Amino acid sequence: MADFEVPVLGDDPICPVPTLKPDAMKGIKPFIVNNPMHNTDLGFPGSLVENWQEVAIAKMGDLLKKYRSLQVFLDSCVKCGSCTDKCHYLIGTGDPRNMPVARQDLLRQIYRRYFTFAGKYFPGLVGAKDLTREVLDEWYSYYHQCSQCRRCSVYCPYGIDTAEISMAAREIMDSIGLGQKYTNEILGKNIKIGNNLGLNPKAIRNTLEGLEDDVEDATGVRVQYPLDEKGAEVLMVTPSADFFAEPHIDGLVGYGKVFHQAGISWTLSSKASEAANFAMFIGSYANKKRAAMRIREAALELGVKRIIVGECGHAWRVAYSFWNTLIGPFDFLDPRYPVPQHICEFTYDLLKRGALNLDKSANDHRVVTFHDSCNVSRASRMGNFPGGQYHIPRELIKASCNHFVDMANETIHEQTYCCGGGGGLLTDDLMEVRVKGAYPRMQALRHVQKKHGVNYLASICAICKSQFSKVLPYYNFDREMVVGVHQLISAAIQLGTKE
Amino acid sequence: MTVTMLYAVLFYAAVAILIIGLLRRIVIYTRVPAPLRIATMPAPLNLGGVVLRMAREVFFFESLFKSTKWTWLFGFIFHISMAVVLLRHSRYFVEPLCSGIEFIQFFGKYAAFGMVAGLGGLLVRRLLVDRVNYISAPSDYFMLGLLLAIGLSGLGMTFLVHTDIVALKAFFLGLIYFDWQPLPVDPLLLIHLTLVATLMIVFPFSKLLHVPGVFFSPTRNQIDDAREKRHVAGWAKETAV
Repeated sequence: MADFEVPVLGDDPICPVPTLKPDAMKGIKPFIVNNPMHNTDLGFPGSLVENWQEVAIAKMGDLLKKYRSLQVFLDSCVKCGSCTDKCHYLIGTGDPRNMPVARQDLLRQIYRRYFTFAGKYFPGLVGAKDLTREVLDEWYSYYHQCSQCRRCSVYCPYGIDTAEISMAAREIMDSIGLGQKYTNEILGKNIKIGNNLGLNPKAIRNTLEGLEDDVEDATGVRVQYPLDEKGAEVLMVTPSADFFAEPHIDGLVGYGKVFHQAGISWTLSSKASEAANFAMFIGSYANKKRAAMRIREAALELGVKRIIVGECGHAWRVAYSFWNTLIGPFDFLDPRYPVPQHICEFTYDLLKRGALNLDKSANDHRVVTFHDSCNVSRASRMGNFPGGQYHIPRELIKASCNHFVDMANETIHEQTYCCGGGGGLLTDDLMEVRVKGAYPRMQALRHVQKKHGVNYLASICAICKSQFSKVLPYYNFDREMVVGVHQLISAAIQLGTKE
Repeated sequence: MTVTMLYAVLFYAAVAILIIGLLRRIVIYTRVPAPLRIATMPAPLNLGGVVLRMAREVFFFESLFKSTKWTWLFGFIFHISMAVVLLRHSRYFVEPLCSGIEFIQFFGKYAAFGMVAGLGGLLVRRLLVDRVNYISAPSDYFMLGLLLAIGLSGLGMTFLVHTDIVALKAFFLGLIYFDWQPLPVDPLLLIHLTLVATLMIVFPFSKLLHVPGVFFSPTRNQIDDAREKRHVAGWAKETAV
């Protein structure tokens, strides 16, 4: 099935720390932008500029003045080794460059050489290096073997977050015209058309009408999936994968049923038909703002009172942590609700108020475990207390299923392992990285499968869902075992009993 | 007298470089904005919570403890011992002594063993654990060696070859009050002082910047309040859409 070695799952829920295999993943890299437009749409040079070294150093200097994180993180590392066994790509590949600190050092060695006294005058002593083509190639390869999941930052005594470093590295590479095809092409579509897939309003409307028919066939109740409906109470912004991909679309069905039973009017927007914001993956503040601004504009045009975000990990990070700063203030919305709200927060509130009627036995064929998505777990929150992002989705699952089991403690909550496909890596040209990166999660899953008979893996992230659908078979799991949390609610909700 | 002159100049220079170098870094860290909320979650919801989180990080190395118990143990022993040793050393710069400094003298003498033991553990780990070995640059060994040599030369003076500690104190008080007094010319003392001055001088140019750095780390010092408050940095205001 694969032209590379797939890790073999053991009985322990935790993967062993691998012995190092230097250069095991050297040269593994995603496609580079070949259509210059995919760069220029985002304000980057179409292809590698001639004086790229000069431009890259200047860009690094610029970023050092703009981001305290970058400046402090590049200075503060003491090479204690705390992070070295924490990255799922290190665990899956054994390539020492996939140790977070070694990944950071690819940038740090250049920072030292050009921006510090020690690196300028004693490069050998502090491991400083000139920016050569070889270094640039290593950057492109290894900064695209980081899913920016922030697991390393949990364990760093100085809070150094490799995601910040890899975002800066990618921003530098974009600034010299060395863009990654997958991320930049998709981001361009999002900014120009309104969603990652380039779906036009008509295609979205067709899909939604089809959904209304399907739900009516299955339940006998006509649930609305409105698009561009002015005056609706809620603008629902969801990853565009929810419009067509499996199992994502079943989650969208679930959102609609929840709104229906709660009797709250809502609408999707063709202009803001994407919650994802791939600009985060490349660190670009301007593009992050551009992509997010469509959502503010849509909310104003539609005259909604609330904005709710669908099941998508990095989108929730951008929405929760960045929106208010990027595209706020949201003083035109109803101040009684947080802006934005996660669909899980919304459903959880309804549940606590007794506004939903769920029949758990509808999911009795399922023994479910929950995969905490990295961006939800370590870069955002739900509810009004720290850790609500772990509590709320689990409560929703338990309210709709009789059988729920958690995976090992070392692999959930803030210690959760990335699915292996986040951060702009969800592309077929990185299949080896994705499969090997999924290893720790697959190992923990195998453990609960054997011990508790778990047969469903619930997630609240479009990337996780797509990634798992693809990599589960490599580890001899059923690809259809991945489900959305609102898919479980969708199955359990008793339409026609409350509304 | 030449030796006294030499070390007087060395210590004035070392103190100046340490203070100016650190202040310069701190000014840079303060001026560079943090344009987005990036706290590692779950994060505190208010300032009091952040102060507690930072205190746990600075005094107990909380994150390191979550990660690897051996490194935590060696690192913690080293740092806490060094803190006690430094406090003990304040007796050479202060007259008259306060009771706290007198109280700590006994512990300070033996804390030096903890310092050396902790450093030794860190060094062994750096040499033997393949992952840590891979990420080590010469400067990482240099720093451990420097601190070890400082600890060992200090221990040597405490337990083996005593120096004229009264004269030494007079020398340092003389430096402080610009009333220079002769420095005892003992090899072990001169080695110890040279190493300490070296440490002070390299401090602001090395990974020892983790000392101010930890306080400025956005993933640790930010409040989880992004939905309630906007955090627009100066440069970000002009970002066109």
